[in-house]
Amino acid sequence: MTAAVPPLDDLVACPQCDTLHQAQDLPDGARAFCQRCGIVLMTSKPAAMAQVLSLALTAFVMMIAAVSFPFLTLDAGGLQNATSVIDAVLAFNDGFAFPLAVAVAFFIVIIPLMRLTALIYALGPLVREQEPRPGARTAFALAERLHPWSMAEIFIVGVTVALIKVAGLAAVTVGPAFWAFAGVVIITILKDQLICRYSIWEALDKAKQ
Amino acid sequence: MITARDAGLVACQRCGQVHTLDTAVCTRCEGALRSRDTESLQKVWAWLIAGMIAYIPANTYPMLLTSTLVEHSESTIIGGVVELFEHGSWGIATIVFVASVMIPVGKFLAIIYLALSVQRKSPDNQHERHKAYELVEFIGRWSMIDVFVVAILSALVQLDTIATVNPGVAAMSFALSVVFTMLSAQAFDSRLIWDVDRTQK
Repeated sequence: MTAAVPPLDDLVACPQCDTLHQAQDLPDGARAFCQRCGIVLMTSKPAAMAQVLSLALTAFVMMIAAVSFPFLTLDAGGLQNATSVIDAVLAFNDGFAFPLAVAVAFFIVIIPLMRLTALIYALGPLVREQEPRPGARTAFALAERLHPWSMAEIFIVGVTVALIKVAGLAAVTVGPAFWAFAGVVIITILKDQLICRYSIWEALDKAKQ
Repeated sequence: MITARDAGLVACQRCGQVHTLDTAVCTRCEGALRSRDTESLQKVWAWLIAGMIAYIPANTYPMLLTSTLVEHSESTIIGGVVELFEHGSWGIATIVFVASVMIPVGKFLAIIYLALSVQRKSPDNQHERHKAYELVEFIGRWSMIDVFVVAILSALVQLDTIATVNPGVAAMSFALSVVFTMLSAQAFDSRLIWDVDRTQK
């Protein structure tokens, strides 16, 4: 079997089940799946890289807005309390819960921002067809690796649950940061849908030479 | 179908590039190459047990400490779900129950099943097991919902004497439990599921 192995660059192995496939140029908009376990191996969308980059930039700007503006305001019996995303994190700041505050800050703000920064850093020169920046591969690998730990979309569902829980107790007003945060979530999902890991790695590899 | 290992090759899990078996670092993305993670199951069990231990205090201790003018109450995960049901918020009660009870417990069972079946070198249900693995990887993070609910509530409801909400011990142990089981799922090398039929056929 090993005698007929084609050049290694023409092969692609499924990262989840190790099945070997021949890499092919896909027609626009097509997706290639692993023949055995069915995960997406590569996608082909024209100009996807530029779209990913612009979505990442948009999400980054909106994330800054989401942490700076008031997120929610609570009104009850003449007392008012305005909360920003940062306040939500600092809710855990006393005593035993401090590590939790740090973890929540990472999950909902810092890791999403790190992923976006790393992606913009790695893809920027590729889109302009320039040489990749030093450490571009490490940056892209980091963005991929942090994916499961970026929990902005889970946070927004948690906020919805919390809103319904307090709805009976007090009047809650939703601030601009809430919409900015929801925007970040939607844009990030769109961006992650467009990313084809295989072609980005290939492009990073080729641009280097 | 033939795996990279059968062909005397090793594949990079990060970028898909294929190399000869003796290569240690991927030429395309500089990632470390391993044909199979031989310590995978050890790590899976270790993180899983840690996650299951942390899940116990997460259920016995209070998640939320609520004080209002008239009363002071503490609610556990299950207590919070029951309360929501009594208020008639069926949808939200279901979301919290699914995220805080069904997903974590389902995940423990799924990981135990995956690890045991790989240890026993079971040749059965490979497609189903792979689907289970993908599901566990995808859905595990969603358990964090309840931790974020507690974070938002304790930040928002700080109205001096009228009402205050503070996080309880369970919030911390629940978050740890979710993180540990996520690490357990990530340590699982799904290629091991597919290695068996090679020895059978």
